[in-house]
Amino acid sequence: MLTEQKQLALEVTANEIRQSIIEMLLHAGSGHTAGPLGMADVFTVLYFHTLRYDPKNPSWEGRDRLILSNGHICPVLYAAMAYAGYFPKEELNTLRKFGSRLQGHPYRKFLPALETSSGPLGEGLSQAVGMAIADVMDDKAGDRRIYCLMSDGELEEGQTWEAAMLAGKQALYNLVALIDRNNIQIDGFTEDVMPLEPLADKWRAWNWHVIEINGHDMNEIAAAFDEAKSVFEKPTMIIAHTIPGKGVPEFERDFHWHGKPPNDRQGAKALRELRTLGGQILSEATE
Amino acid sequence: MSATVAAALDTALHLNPKLFDEDVEQVAIRQGFGDGLVRAGELDARVVVLSGDLTESAHAAEFRAKFPNRFVELGVAEQNMASVASGMAAMGKIPFITSYAMFSPGRNWEQVRTTICYNNRPVKIAGSHAGVSVGPDGGTHQAIEDIAITRVIPNMMVICPCDAIEARKATVAAVSTDTPVYLRLARDKSPVMTTDDTPFEIGRAQTVWHSDSPRVGIVACGALLHKALLAAKALDDEHVEVEVMNLATIKPLDEDALVALATRTGRIVTVEEHQIRAGMGSAVAECLAKHHPVPMRFIGVDDQFGQSGTPEELIEYYGMGSDSIVNAVHGILGD
Repeated sequence: MLTEQKQLALEVTANEIRQSIIEMLLHAGSGHTAGPLGMADVFTVLYFHTLRYDPKNPSWEGRDRLILSNGHICPVLYAAMAYAGYFPKEELNTLRKFGSRLQGHPYRKFLPALETSSGPLGEGLSQAVGMAIADVMDDKAGDRRIYCLMSDGELEEGQTWEAAMLAGKQALYNLVALIDRNNIQIDGFTEDVMPLEPLADKWRAWNWHVIEINGHDMNEIAAAFDEAKSVFEKPTMIIAHTIPGKGVPEFERDFHWHGKPPNDRQGAKALRELRTLGGQILSEATE
Repeated sequence: MSATVAAALDTALHLNPKLFDEDVEQVAIRQGFGDGLVRAGELDARVVVLSGDLTESAHAAEFRAKFPNRFVELGVAEQNMASVASGMAAMGKIPFITSYAMFSPGRNWEQVRTTICYNNRPVKIAGSHAGVSVGPDGGTHQAIEDIAITRVIPNMMVICPCDAIEARKATVAAVSTDTPVYLRLARDKSPVMTTDDTPFEIGRAQTVWHSDSPRVGIVACGALLHKALLAAKALDDEHVEVEVMNLATIKPLDEDALVALATRTGRIVTVEEHQIRAGMGSAVAECLAKHHPVPMRFIGVDDQFGQSGTPEELIEYYGMGSDSIVNAVHGILGD
């Protein structure tokens, strides 16, 4: 259980990360809005509570590995990395620009602190499985953990289930994956495009330990990652129920915000919503 | 070779002296890969092998027997295999992924591109059963597009060994590169043309057949190098002098050697068990068009799929036998 102080600190950081996401998208003029906002709380818990890493030594051997499979939500990854100290926050506004290290989809060659390049869907879990197998092989599974963040829409890629089978077979207890269950994808709601339910049952059937959480509750997120550490016979899948566009009422629950950025008016309004916590903090309202 | 003949095998390369004999030793190129894999495993503890349910056939079984803890069976899932290998490479392993070329790098091409090559992970892709000489399995299993789809990806090296011994050396050599490598392997037994003493270096082409005043350069890769040598010998009997080059490394291309060959001969015939379009011959043409344009002919599969048959029947049917090479040489000379 997080202390009240810690929980509050995480919520403040998540709010700041959401503001940075809006600003990045405004500068870029293209990119994805709903996913990054929806995953801001999970990223905040990971980077400011769960993960072991050293931003001054990104290639530290003992670091936990974080694979972002659905690379299109990279604004939240970049923002979290900047807040964690990997690079200056000012660099965030170079997102998607020519010559930027912050490519439209993550590119390890330009930003070596990334564990992998990603974007094409359904490939991250396989890479995380490979990392986990290598660590088990080398008897390093206790030294560091392998985390993989995935979207729900990308589960439609068949490769996901190839990786799921292998992880179950190998009983990769050093592997923790998390699905951003926000129920939207480009063409609409997942259950209309291609039903995924019963989703938890599918992962249990492949011999995964499954935890379902509210993906905006800092305590639940932190507790799920902790619980995974106590499971020694299976990989763990955390299904995080999230609200796409979380934090900005105009964007929430609307699949049209999957793949487009806000315009200037929408962006300014979104920043005002975030800074005032929906109008509750009057001193910020003049921004 | 008597001193009076103008054309002969290279002597410095220590080629198999019996390579023109009827009873020349025949070993499958994929067998040489299997031997090389064990050797690579002995030399470097980082080497691991991944298999997609074709462990015996793709010759990963020898490695599995020797290093069971460094072997992973992933089932029939080539897309997963490519990306799992990328993840293992990220943790310091040097993974070989083994399957049929049609499925790896065929089916898993985008995973190879994105998770292996875009990340520049040193994964080695061993594609067995390349070419129509797969034989009776038919066109579905005969990869004749694999050179095209691998050489087009940045960071990728592409090697097509001519025999089992060269395949063994190429497999060991692939470990020492920091990049992805595609090893193109064939199923059927084929003549052993090199020996343990034949030098091998990635990126280095070798002239295996010389003439005093060659008028055509034949550039071959894979087992068809033997057909090219048979053609060279037949042409010599007709007093047509040629050179034959073994272009085992298709990427990076040995441009200096190719330009020198084109300069010496003035005409090039390429020979590969692959689609003519976008294959090894195309790579040679890209190089020569830029640096030293000469007339060219291309021996390979001409925009068709394969079919069932014996390897020999199929090589002949698709116009890749020694007679076809002889005819191409005559054609380019205007004879």
